[in-house]
Amino acid sequence: MKALKQILGGNTRQFGMIFALVALVVFFQWQTGGKTLTPGNMMNLFNGNSYILILAIGMVLVIIAGHIDLSVGSIAAFVGIVVAIAMRDWGIPWYMGVILGLVLGAVIGLWQGFWVAYVGIPAFIVTLAGMLLFRGANQAVGDSNTVPVPEGFRYLGAGYLPEVGPSTGYNNLTVLLGLALVAFVIYREIRSRRKLEKIGAEIPPTWVPVVKVGLLCAVILYATYLFATGRPGTSFPVPGLILGVLVIIYAFVSNKTILGRHVYAVGGNRHAAELSGVQSKRVNFMVMMNMSVLAALAGMIFVGRSTASGPSDGVGWELDAIAAVFIGGAAVSGGVGTVVGSIIGGLVMAVLNNGLQLLGIGADLTQIIKGLVLLVAVAFDVYNKSQGKPSIIGLLTRNFGGGGGGRKPDAPVREPAPTEQATGTKEVISHDV
Amino acid sequence: MNNHTILEMRSITKEFPGVKALSDVSLEVQAGEIHAICGENGAGKSTLMKVLSGLYPYGDYSGDIVFQGEVVEFKDIRASEAAGIVIIHQELALIPELSIAENIFLGNEPTRFGVIDWDYVNRTTLDLMARVGLTEDPTTKIKDIGVGKQQLVEIAKALNKSVKLLILDEPTAALNESDSQHLLDLMAGLRSKGISCIMISHKLNEIEQIADSITIIRDGRSIETLHVKNDGVDEDRIIRGMVGRSLESRFPDHTPSIGETFFEVRNWTVGHPTVPDRLVCKNSSFKVRRGEIVGFAGLMGAGRTELARSVFGRSYGNFKSGQILINGKEVTLRSVPQAIDAGLAYVTEDRKSLGLNLLDDIKATTVSADLKKITRGLVVDKDEEFRVAEEYRKSLRTKTPSVNDGVATLSGGNQQKVVLSKWMFTDPELLILDEPTRGIDVGAKYEIYGIIQRLADQGKGVIVISSELPELLGLSDRIYTIFEGAITGELTRNEANQESLMKLMTASRKTA
Repeated sequence: MKALKQILGGNTRQFGMIFALVALVVFFQWQTGGKTLTPGNMMNLFNGNSYILILAIGMVLVIIAGHIDLSVGSIAAFVGIVVAIAMRDWGIPWYMGVILGLVLGAVIGLWQGFWVAYVGIPAFIVTLAGMLLFRGANQAVGDSNTVPVPEGFRYLGAGYLPEVGPSTGYNNLTVLLGLALVAFVIYREIRSRRKLEKIGAEIPPTWVPVVKVGLLCAVILYATYLFATGRPGTSFPVPGLILGVLVIIYAFVSNKTILGRHVYAVGGNRHAAELSGVQSKRVNFMVMMNMSVLAALAGMIFVGRSTASGPSDGVGWELDAIAAVFIGGAAVSGGVGTVVGSIIGGLVMAVLNNGLQLLGIGADLTQIIKGLVLLVAVAFDVYNKSQGKPSIIGLLTRNFGGGGGGRKPDAPVREPAPTEQATGTKEVISHDV
Repeated sequence: MNNHTILEMRSITKEFPGVKALSDVSLEVQAGEIHAICGENGAGKSTLMKVLSGLYPYGDYSGDIVFQGEVVEFKDIRASEAAGIVIIHQELALIPELSIAENIFLGNEPTRFGVIDWDYVNRTTLDLMARVGLTEDPTTKIKDIGVGKQQLVEIAKALNKSVKLLILDEPTAALNESDSQHLLDLMAGLRSKGISCIMISHKLNEIEQIADSITIIRDGRSIETLHVKNDGVDEDRIIRGMVGRSLESRFPDHTPSIGETFFEVRNWTVGHPTVPDRLVCKNSSFKVRRGEIVGFAGLMGAGRTELARSVFGRSYGNFKSGQILINGKEVTLRSVPQAIDAGLAYVTEDRKSLGLNLLDDIKATTVSADLKKITRGLVVDKDEEFRVAEEYRKSLRTKTPSVNDGVATLSGGNQQKVVLSKWMFTDPELLILDEPTRGIDVGAKYEIYGIIQRLADQGKGVIVISSELPELLGLSDRIYTIFEGAITGELTRNEANQESLMKLMTASRKTA
């Protein structure tokens, strides 16, 4: 038991959330007779969920800051139709279409951010209005018709890394990507170990990081193998790549920059933040605006994948994204949540969806199960907090993957006083998982 | 006045975990009198009234309450109201969006066949309003009438419950002079109709004017009961009773080294954030010298915090006029970041709701007011954060296993040290400390005083706002007194004592 604890970085809970995910994957792999972990299915999983996960990245920041955004599905649909029509009728190339879409997302973000941050209307109302407004705008612009998009644009949502270099039987770029990730994981571990040495903190024995990194690398290499050996013409999907880049950027911003700190500060205690010199209006404006830009991107990826933009694109996306964020450990009252946690929350939902589908369980039952999972996950968390224990979900995602700063292993994790039960744990996550 | 006892509270003792809020308090109220309860903030007045009104139910305290000759055991407010005891809190318990009539009958609606009998409600309301001297349409919403009239509605509501003993907690704190006078007249009128009143107030002139007897509470004990007419009580006599405790050596030894004036505020006038014509700071001027600890004395609600926060980047109220001079040069501080850049720091009186993000850990809190200082390029340097937090943990002797722990896990005194370290990290020239030792035990207080003195010795200016006069007297080199938003006096260390301060804090500006 002690050995296991040490492998997990002195904190069993650290990888708990991933364990839940792995357990689900293993369960479905067994139940479906090996249909889950196949190249085709994994690519499907990534392609079919990347846009929700991208929304979850923006949504977690919105929720950490203490707001909510209900309009993301409608914004995605509106941007999708405008870009599709612009490419069809004005003949602009696909990459100009992408830029147009992002600019349009930013403009919509200006609009929503203005009302939330500077007029002070609750985001729930502003984005509920936006949900109606942009859904209507989608149908008005597109005449409720479906508009196809050109080949280049489809690459965004359904493309794969190209074949380059010598024929090795694997997709070379995917393999390179996997190896780069492995190298990065090893480098991080070495660096954080050096840091611990420097500040003279207690250092776990050498075999601990070796096993830990070994496990992580094995998972990465296996995934690489799966993606690199799919049927000809397929490899690691482009939406997955976009998602990966965004996760790294946003985990970095939320965890390591002043802006990120300020988002947590505003969500945790707006008044205290203001009296510490945080310009909370600007922070609120930024998170709302950012959400709209990511919604625009998600909308375009979806349009690329489904080869056309339609009037009912993005219906219900906001709810999937919000569910992912809360399963990932965010608090409704703000101040708590992590980008990586939300991605894992989204993946739990995605794997559940996918696995139940493979088992041939109908959409009705799937929805019921997903609803219960959300409720139970959060209820468990709330119950724990009301007992004065630390938030399980918060702890599961806390201090994910170690990270610098000299946290001593086995540092006592003290329970919050009962009076502070509702506060949970705000934890930072490092981006390199 | 018929002389029989309506209420007797015998040796009431009430404990909170670790604190004895009331210890052997006795109180006797005669029928048909106005009985004032006086004491400093935190002396236990409100706790006593909460015991009486059943907010702390029977069994939560020890001692007896005898009301109209019978021992009563109130389980909740409803029980005490049923007996005829009604409490009107300082923060009025009216619902702004409901009408006067609806508020008066809230929770007590008369029905006929399950339907509210509005005719009866409105008729009775008119009747009740006449008794308190209020002329309004019963259907007027509470939010559309002023605070003075709202107070009258509260009393009308109490009358509707056939009140025998009315408790008023700071009834005139939010009222202007003419409204206050009207309320006092009304209380006198109720007295003549045989209704007894208990009144908690800081306004000693009003107590002197209207009260028949006064019970003084200090440190959770009832000290004495004075009969205004027989004992010839005046304000000075009450003050002596309120503050008459001996000053122990609760402060570290300190020899101030005071330099030149570097911070000055002139004619500072600020309006209330929501009430257009009310001023929270009236033409206030003060200055701070290097190495000096300046005290701001005033009762709760006198405008000390408002003054401090409006100076700190206009973070409170509507700025009207006034100047800030730093090192003789006028500066304009429109926002908190500007104030921080100009070398100001403000530690709030309300740690939990204004001072701390309770979700944060100690190290993140320590650096939160000056993140730029530890940011390299785009990245907040976490090693540096840890190092800085450790440094402050050691130098302020914050008791915590690790700076990685959440601030919510700390005790009040240690939380305050973290807040102090957060502002010390911004390297301010002027620290404004608002109630720096509220809710902190004696040992930690001593340490905080030491930190404040060290900061002054480093050549910084320190303003300490406090409700505890002994604290101000023990710490300050100079003290300003504030009353109703205006600075009413300035006393040097040698001139100041509890009596002279209390006089300037309670009397209107006659001595200014």
